[in-house]
Amino acid sequence: MNRPAFKLTLLIVLLVVALVVVPFALRSSPYLVSVLINATVLSVIASGVWITFAIGRINISQGAFAMIGGYVTAILSTRYGVSFWVCLPLSGLVAAVAGVLVGLPILRLKGVYFSMISLSLTEAVRLAFLNGGEFTRGASGIVNVPRPGALQLSGMTLIPAFDGSSPFPYYYLAMGLLILTLLALWRIANSRLGWTFRSMRLNEELAASVGVNVAKYRVIAFGICCFIGGIGGAFFVGFHQNIYPASYTINDSMSFMLYCFLGGLDYIAGPVIGAFLLSISFEGLQPLQQYQPLIYALLMIGFMLWLPNGILSLSSWGSSAGGSGPTPEGDKTDAPLASVESR
Amino acid sequence: MPLLSVANLTKRYGGLVANNDISFELEKGEILSVIGPNGAGKSTLFKLIAGFVKPTAGRVEFQGEDVTGLPAHVIAERGIVRTFQETTIFKEMSALQNVVVAHHLRCHATTLGIFFNSRRAREDELRFRESAADILQFLGLGAVMHEQAGSLPHGHLRALGIAMGMAASPTVLRLDEPFAGMNPEETDAAVEMVRKIVQRGMTVVLVEHDMKAVMRISDRIVVISFGAKIAEGTPAEIQSNPTVIEAYLGSEDDELGI
Repeated sequence: MNRPAFKLTLLIVLLVVALVVVPFALRSSPYLVSVLINATVLSVIASGVWITFAIGRINISQGAFAMIGGYVTAILSTRYGVSFWVCLPLSGLVAAVAGVLVGLPILRLKGVYFSMISLSLTEAVRLAFLNGGEFTRGASGIVNVPRPGALQLSGMTLIPAFDGSSPFPYYYLAMGLLILTLLALWRIANSRLGWTFRSMRLNEELAASVGVNVAKYRVIAFGICCFIGGIGGAFFVGFHQNIYPASYTINDSMSFMLYCFLGGLDYIAGPVIGAFLLSISFEGLQPLQQYQPLIYALLMIGFMLWLPNGILSLSSWGSSAGGSGPTPEGDKTDAPLASVESR
Repeated sequence: MPLLSVANLTKRYGGLVANNDISFELEKGEILSVIGPNGAGKSTLFKLIAGFVKPTAGRVEFQGEDVTGLPAHVIAERGIVRTFQETTIFKEMSALQNVVVAHHLRCHATTLGIFFNSRRAREDELRFRESAADILQFLGLGAVMHEQAGSLPHGHLRALGIAMGMAASPTVLRLDEPFAGMNPEETDAAVEMVRKIVQRGMTVVLVEHDMKAVMRISDRIVVISFGAKIAEGTPAEIQSNPTVIEAYLGSEDDELGI
């Protein structure tokens, strides 16, 4: 079977499994479904980080934007009674605007400097919500956020209200978000936009010389990343009905980045594979929870040493020559970890 | 009116004067070379013109408009495009893709249009592929256009860098040491290539160390030493200019001093 046909078949099989087989098989185990929902939306949020990897920035701030999105939904729906279906895109937008404003200055930094700033951004946002007074209700967070209501359009009910008796409405919503996100990523990766991003990652100065407005595209990429993060954060608020400043910490931001690494930066499915593998395996290894950072660190070192292109790079072994290891890019590369690409 | 005019351009880094009061003009259709010993300030001069560094004082005018200190991508948009030495290409893309990406300035589609694959975006893509293939053929890279750029030999990489510059269809194309490290036959071929580019209607500015090639190809030469312009003229004038000879003979001492 040739490759495109194989890919299409695989895609259809995956869709059927995700939308039909899994819900049927797990119809009486809501706990497992909620684990899957968790992994699905974590991979949505991590997909945003994948886009910042595409422009050559190692972004450890995604938790901050998920948190911003979460609080937007929590505050709007508890205090102003705004429908979840309005809050969801709005959370993405607010996170994107915040991302653009913060991104304008900090995206001028490269390599480890950007990573450090983005890392502290997660902490800064957490502290801001912790000290937000009555508006954010500090450490006690915002609880009793209403579940998503019905989505009606001119009298027709498109989506019935989520009553909480079954996790499946959330499951399908999560899958819908994931599919939309992957479609967006696929379009970006395969359009001129993706090549522009890649050219910036490979050499920003050269990209500027051929006329690319590097500053503009950096901010676009970061804005998309934050939008996706905000949407993910909003979903989790609808799912858990609460949000606290402790909901997203530096650990979460690191995990989002790690998912991308683990799955493979060259593949749009990379963050999904990474998120599912890590989050589900840790769900199964509850006793090891306290060692999670340690295990993550070891995993990360191991991957950089032996599988720098991620798990998905195993699929191209033997079929393509390029990208079999970390390419020494010399001193020009500001983000050496993100410079590995094969096609 | 000159195509490009540089007037009293100065760049100081603290106490260090990298460029001191440099002025020269570029006429349409000529080949102008800028030469000078290592560390003379040639790179800084062109960074100033291309907008990567803002000058301390002085003016750059292009086609009668002031372009001093504009951002790099805007200068490229106006029509002054630089090519790089072979180390600066997108190594992990194919030769063709390198040139397709370099067509950025001729993009008609909006960012959203590109995302949703509008008709315009598809037309752009087709146009760019054709034009890129055309440029690569023109520069003799037709046979290797689908190879990964990082695996091409030096001569090809040099040509690829030039192809990327041409993709932006610039008015002024600045070539950065196009003959460096070439043997005489390769240099001959490269000189021919540069002449062909000029026939295509571009004006060429060269920065080069290979004196033989410079003397053969240039209409005029500007000589820079210690950040200042010390001479300007035809190749014959430059060859017999005592200041230039001294600057070059003296350069050995400079190298010892480094």
